Order: sequence, then structure tokens, then C-alpha cells
Amino acid sequence: MILDSKIPEGPLSQKWTNYKAAQKLVNPANKRKLDIIVVGTGLAGASAAASLGALGFHVDIFCIQDSPRRAHSIAAQGGINAAKNYQNDGDSVERLFKDTIKGGDYRAREANVYRLAEVSGDIIDQCVAQGVPFARDYSGLLDNRSFGGAQVSRTFYARGQTGQQLLLGAYGALSREIARGTVVLHERHEMMDLVVVPDKDGKPRARGIIVRNLVTGELERYAAHAVVVASGGYGNVYYLSTNAMNSNGSAAWVCHRRGAAFANPCYVQIHPTCIPVHGDYQSKLTLMSESLRNDGRIWVPKKKEDAEAIRRGEKGPLDIAEEDRDYYLERRYPAFGNLVPRDVASRAAKERCDAGYGVGPTGLAVYLDFADAIKRLGRDVVEQKYGNLFQMYYKIVDADPYKVPMMIYPAVHYTMGGLWVDYELQTTIPGLFAAGEANFSDHGANRLGASALMQGLADGYFVLPYTLQNYLADQIYVGKIKAEGPEFDEAEAAVRARMDGLMAIQGEHSVDHYHKALGKVMWEYCGMARSKESLATAKEKIAELEANFYQHVFIPGKTAEMNPELEKAYRLADYFELARLIVDDATQREESCGGHFRVEHQTEDGETLRDDENFMFVAAWEYQGHDKPEVMYKEELNYEHIQIVKRNYK
Amino acid sequence: MKFTLHIWRQENARAKGHFETYEIDNISADCSFLEMLDQLNEKLINDRIAHPVCFDNDCREGICGMCGLYINGRPHGNDDGVTTCQLHMRHFHDGDEIWVEPWRAKAFPVIRDLVVDRTAFDKIIQAGGYISATTGGVPDANNILVPKHKADQAMDAAACIGCGACVAACKNASAMLFVGAKVSHLALLPQGQPETADRVKKMVCKMDELGFGSCTNTYACEAECPKQIKRQNIARLNRYWIGQAFGRDRKDD
Repeated sequence: MILDSKIPEGPLSQKWTNYKAAQKLVNPANKRKLDIIVVGTGLAGASAAASLGALGFHVDIFCIQDSPRRAHSIAAQGGINAAKNYQNDGDSVERLFKDTIKGGDYRAREANVYRLAEVSGDIIDQCVAQGVPFARDYSGLLDNRSFGGAQVSRTFYARGQTGQQLLLGAYGALSREIARGTVVLHERHEMMDLVVVPDKDGKPRARGIIVRNLVTGELERYAAHAVVVASGGYGNVYYLSTNAMNSNGSAAWVCHRRGAAFANPCYVQIHPTCIPVHGDYQSKLTLMSESLRNDGRIWVPKKKEDAEAIRRGEKGPLDIAEEDRDYYLERRYPAFGNLVPRDVASRAAKERCDAGYGVGPTGLAVYLDFADAIKRLGRDVVEQKYGNLFQMYYKIVDADPYKVPMMIYPAVHYTMGGLWVDYELQTTIPGLFAAGEANFSDHGANRLGASALMQGLADGYFVLPYTLQNYLADQIYVGKIKAEGPEFDEAEAAVRARMDGLMAIQGEHSVDHYHKALGKVMWEYCGMARSKESLATAKEKIAELEANFYQHVFIPGKTAEMNPELEKAYRLADYFELARLIVDDATQREESCGGHFRVEHQTEDGETLRDDENFMFVAAWEYQGHDKPEVMYKEELNYEHIQIVKRNYK
Repeated sequence: MKFTLHIWRQENARAKGHFETYEIDNISADCSFLEMLDQLNEKLINDRIAHPVCFDNDCREGICGMCGLYINGRPHGNDDGVTTCQLHMRHFHDGDEIWVEPWRAKAFPVIRDLVVDRTAFDKIIQAGGYISATTGGVPDANNILVPKHKADQAMDAAACIGCGACVAACKNASAMLFVGAKVSHLALLPQGQPETADRVKKMVCKMDELGFGSCTNTYACEAECPKQIKRQNIARLNRYWIGQAFGRDRKDD
């Protein structure tokens, strides 16, 4: 497999300009003859489909929910970064670029990240034009706040519902194109396979997808000149995560099975501020936005006996005197304090809890305290800024965060790994593009807060409309692609065989039984801290579980009907393969970087220890078949512009 | 906690539906309503009692708008300002009987069990619930000044999650709160004003065409809205509607 990142020539700041100046275009009359499939209607998918439709291409867009507005981008709370420098606090494209590379622990591709920073300002302009009601100050100008890993205020926000408002903006733009007829929407449809067809020169190209209509259970085929996968991340491999219940890795994974390289699967982001686990019946973990760390202070008791008393329910947080509280982030990282990046904050919480200072009935929680902010700003201001988050917390936990500190603990949140893409966001299969969380491109080993929304919209609004056009320019000679031929037949038969195979097992355990068990293995042995031994254990346990799954899972009902259990089983079958690859990738990466923490590789005070000499590469894996280990290829990362230093937030 | 559940079962859109009764025990008060249903489904699967109950759900944190059950006669159940996924069992008493139904509205036909088809909402938005800003070529974000109180009001209206509780709560199955919220969100902002008259006309006509009823003025929609969208949005919608009908492209106060 050849990994050609196709980074344009020229100095870093000119690469995107040069690319756009040299790219191929499609004339307006020809655009409507070219078909594009977009899978997923989150920020990346909706913005791509809307922009491509507006350009005149014909787009088919697919989502598994009942409406495109429900994609999980909707749940992003805190904000979106952009290098506008509206606050005059020293921000710039260069600064956002550097923060993002550093935040990613020097494991992202320079050129992609620079482009991301470059288009960030355009995103805000676009969203405002669409009517996104960003927060404003009394002059009517846009307001900003700060997020982890930055010393400037560059985050734009719409209360605690920024993702919702940005997605509704993109959904509006998408709806407009649907009304104009350039985009056709297929809701409650799930991508089951990718169809790759060789062109007349024998070069394989992505030419279509097989989807399952989730209402009738029937399989359907769609053909196009190019396919964009924008189906999000694979965090639900851990079962408990901040992802939505239906978020899954399968659309990206079937592309991988068909030959697209999968990059850096072991880079999983654990978000420090989530509502802790409380019972076995629990189905998900709810995030409490990172923006809360602007005003909230994180602490645990200084004395072990206080922590123990709290765990037994004999004491509460308000019984602990100020001098007996350990504001451990402020203590360890005076320069960034409570606003260190997510991976650092998560590990620090785990360190305190493992050392016996955790609070809550399970001891797996720390406090996030707003008492100082309420004293300083007044309850009204705090309510205006975070009201909906406080309400959400109250409804779930039944405790009032205005009066007692929140209890929080890290949880799986975002996956930096994903389909390998080049500068054009094209995977190793020509004609298959990946956008948003589904690709691996911009966040290295750790994503900074408020950068996911930025990347999703950058890919969809401002990158794909150019790069996809460059790809499609010579496809006009191919003519209409039809959903027929041996490749479509084979793909559809393969999907049918997989579904029938799962249905035929008729064992005794539910799908969730296995998914929960897999999640526990992944969290325990391949979660916030990994070691050679723990990874070996994970590998063994996953293999056992997977074998058991294929013998003893029980799926009720039929394939040709609405059948959520079958949907879950199909996705879980992919998660088993994905889990194996995550573990293999974590095993080969004998260093600690960003969200990947190998206990063998840490500094004396417990910080990540990179090995730039041996591991400054992207690990891109090639699928070899269900029972065979995957093969790893390396894309070396060349930092020409940025000076590599030890990541230090002290 | 222990509950007796009466759940609406309906195999598909054409089949006749009925209530089925199930008993469930050992439910924690801290578990959410949907997690309680998960446990019921686990039981139905493990004991081979019946096909698990189909119900829409996704984010489970009250923002995607996918879930929506009619619980003991109230959309999203007996807590205020929450979606079904945020409703916790601590709001019930041990031993309660709970009736669970899908949204009931002509424009939201049942697909299976508790799952309904809400694509009518998407069609209303497609009729004009957006600002026609094509990607690129827009002014700098700070060139458009929006007074803070207008931005706040717009945000209040924009918080709608499109769950359909307003329609389910309304005796006429009216979508006026949903449409009013979108129209208000966009009309309160200077960017949205050029298209207001046209937008109002198209969205209201589409709403009528799809079988939603007219406003009862009883404001059950406001009472049951999980995001507490205000009825003032309906008043605003009516003002714009009259304005466009008389050819006055009037701006909001």
C-alpha cells in the first residue's frame, strides 16, 4: 500500500492557496451529471452535501436517524474555535495552528492543520450568515470564551448548545438543497458496505454503497462517481461513552474492509468532565462541557480520611475546609490551571482517584466546584453562561450544582483515529473521501476542545467542495454510474450473508450482553492507561468474547423488518475487529502521546513521554481478512515549519 | 422499584395496535426511563417473551430530539423541561402502573410500536425554514451587529429540538409552536429578515398541507415542551402571517 499524502508544494502558509489555484474544476453544466454519495448528516456530512449541492452536483445523503438534524454533532456543547482575534489577545492563524499541533502532541500532519486554522474564520462568517445565534456582548459583537490548551479566547459559542446551533445551520442549508432537488435525503438508512469497481484501466474506484432501509429491513443499492463517508467516530466500542446510542464505527469500518487504510486507531480521547458511572443498567455517560473549566475549579480532599468519609456518606464536599482541598490541576499546572488539555486533565483525575482521594460512592469521581465563580460573578451570570448544563446535571444526578460541587469523572468521548486520508481528504481507495471525526487527519494524538466542530465544518464547507471537484473533473467522461454489475451483486450478497449468519446463531445472550462485556475489557485494559501486559490481556479477552459472540448471540425477529437488535449485532461484529486493531495499534506504539498513555513511557512526575525518534509517524493499517492480523504502514511526519518541543502546560 | 407497564405494541404501520402489559422489577430510582425500557427489552429477549419494544432514541442527553414517548398521558412524562431520556424513575412511585404510548398525531404515523414517522417536520423546514446563504461569499461575522437581547431571544427560539412533543400535546395536533419557533429564530436576526414574509407563507402552507391542525390557544404545547419554548413564538408567527397576507413585510418589534 502506498501512502501518498499529496501535500502541495510551497511554504506552509501558501499550500492551500497554491492547491486551489492549480486544482481542476468542473463546468456548471457538467456538475449536474456527476453524482456524489454522502454518508452521515452531522456537521461534516450536512455541510459537505449542502455545499456540493449548491455547486450543482447531484448528491444522495444518508442518515440512520429519522431526521438529519439528529446526528450526534448536535450534542456538542461548548463551542467552536476560530482564529478571528476579535478579542485582540494575540490570536492568529499561526497561533491556532501551533496550539492544535501541540495539543495533538506532535502527531498530526502540518499541512492539514494549517489549512484548518486558515479556514476557521470563514466558518464563523458562514454560520453567522446562516443565522446561528452565537453569544454576543452588549455592543452586538460576537463574544468568545477560552478552552483547554489555549491561552487566548477564540471559542465562539451559543450557550451550552453550540453543536446544536451549528448543526441546525448546516441542516438548514441542507434542507434548502433538498427543496431545490440537488440533494436527495434518505433517512433511516444505514450504510452496510462499500462497492468498489475497477475503471477501464483497472484502477479500483469507490462507485457506490449498499444500504439497509431500517424501516423495512430491505437492502438497497446506490451508485455514484464518488463517496464521502462522514459517519463520525467509533467511541462506542467502549460501550459507555459520551456518544449517542446509535453512533457507530461500521460505515468507516466497511470501507476499511474494502481496502481503505485505517489510521491511528489507538488515539482515543477520554474527556475529563463527565457524569460518573453509577450502575450496571447505565447506557451512556453524559458530558459536562469543557467550558465549565473556565469558571469551575477541580479538587479532591487533601486528606485520605476525608475522602473515605465522603465515600461512606458521612461527610459532604461542603464539610471540607478550604485548606483541606487539593486543587490538583492548579497545583500541578500553574500556567494553564484548570484549562489543561483533556488528556492531561483526565489522567490527573485518574491519578488522584487511584491514589485513594476519589469521592462519590464509588470513589471514582472528583469535584468541579463553582462556589468561587458564583461568589465572584453572581449566580445570574453563571446561570446565563452554563444554565442548561447545570439543569442537565440536576436532572440526571438530582443534586443542585449551584449549591454543591458537581461530581465528574473521565469518559470516552472522541476518537482521533479514523480512515487514513491524504491532503484532499481522499482515502487509499480512489473516489472514497472521509470527513469529520471519521477521518484521522487533524488532531494528532489528542484533540483540543472546540476543535471538532471546527474540523467537521472546515471539511464540509471549505475543503471537500474543492478537493472533490478536483477528483471529479475527469469523471465526466465515465458517464452515469449504474448500481449494477458483479461488484454490486457481490457486495449485496456479502451483506445478506453476514446478516443471515448472525440471525442464524440463535444463541442465548443479547447483543448488549456482549457489547457491555467488550466495553469493560476495553476500558479496563486499553483505556486511560495501557501497558504491554494489559494490552496482551485485552487481546486475549476480546478473542474469547468474539468467539463466544459468534456462537451464543441471540437476535430476535427477522432481517426484513425494523429490527434494532440486528442493527446492534451488525455494528458489534465490526467493533470486535476494530477493538482488536485498537489493541494492536496501542501495542506497537511504544511511547506515550496525547490520549495514548503507555505506563512504561512516562516522566518521573507522570507526564507522557514521547519517542520522536522512533514514533513520529502515522500508523495506517491494512485489512487482511477477518482472521488475519492487519499490516501496518507508516506515514512519516515531517515537521518543517513548527519547532518540536516537549508538551508542557506547567 | 417495581412497575406494571402497559405498552403500545404495533407490528407495522398497517397493523392494528394494542396495549400489552409487562411487569418489571429491580429498577433503580436513578435509572432513566429509557434505561428502564432497555431492561425490559433485555428481559423480553432473554426470556423469549416477545419481540423487544421498538422506541426511537439516540443521544440520551436531551438534545437530539429523537426520543419521545407519551407516558401516563403526558409527552415526555411527568417531569417538566425534560425529554424522555432525561426522565428518571425517581419521578415514579414503587408499584406504579405506567402507560406508554407513541406520539398521537395524523401527521406522525406509527412505524412500529412506539416509533413514529416525523419526516413532516423536515418537510416544513425544507419549505423555507432557513436563511438562503450559499457557502462562501458572506460578510465578516462581526459586520452583522445583533443586539444582545435579540440574539438571546433568537437563541431561546432556536433551542427547539424538533421532538414533536408540542404536536403530541395539542388536541388539534398543531405544529404552530414548532413553526413559530423557527420563524422567530430567523426573523429576530437581521440576517433572516429579508426572507421572513416568504418563509412564513411557505412554512405555514406546508404545515397545513401535511395535516397538522390549527392552534387551540390552550398552550399545552408550551407546557409540555422539553426546551420550554414560549408561546410568544406563536403570537409572532401569527403577526408575520397577517403581515405577509396584507403585503406588509413588517419587522419584529
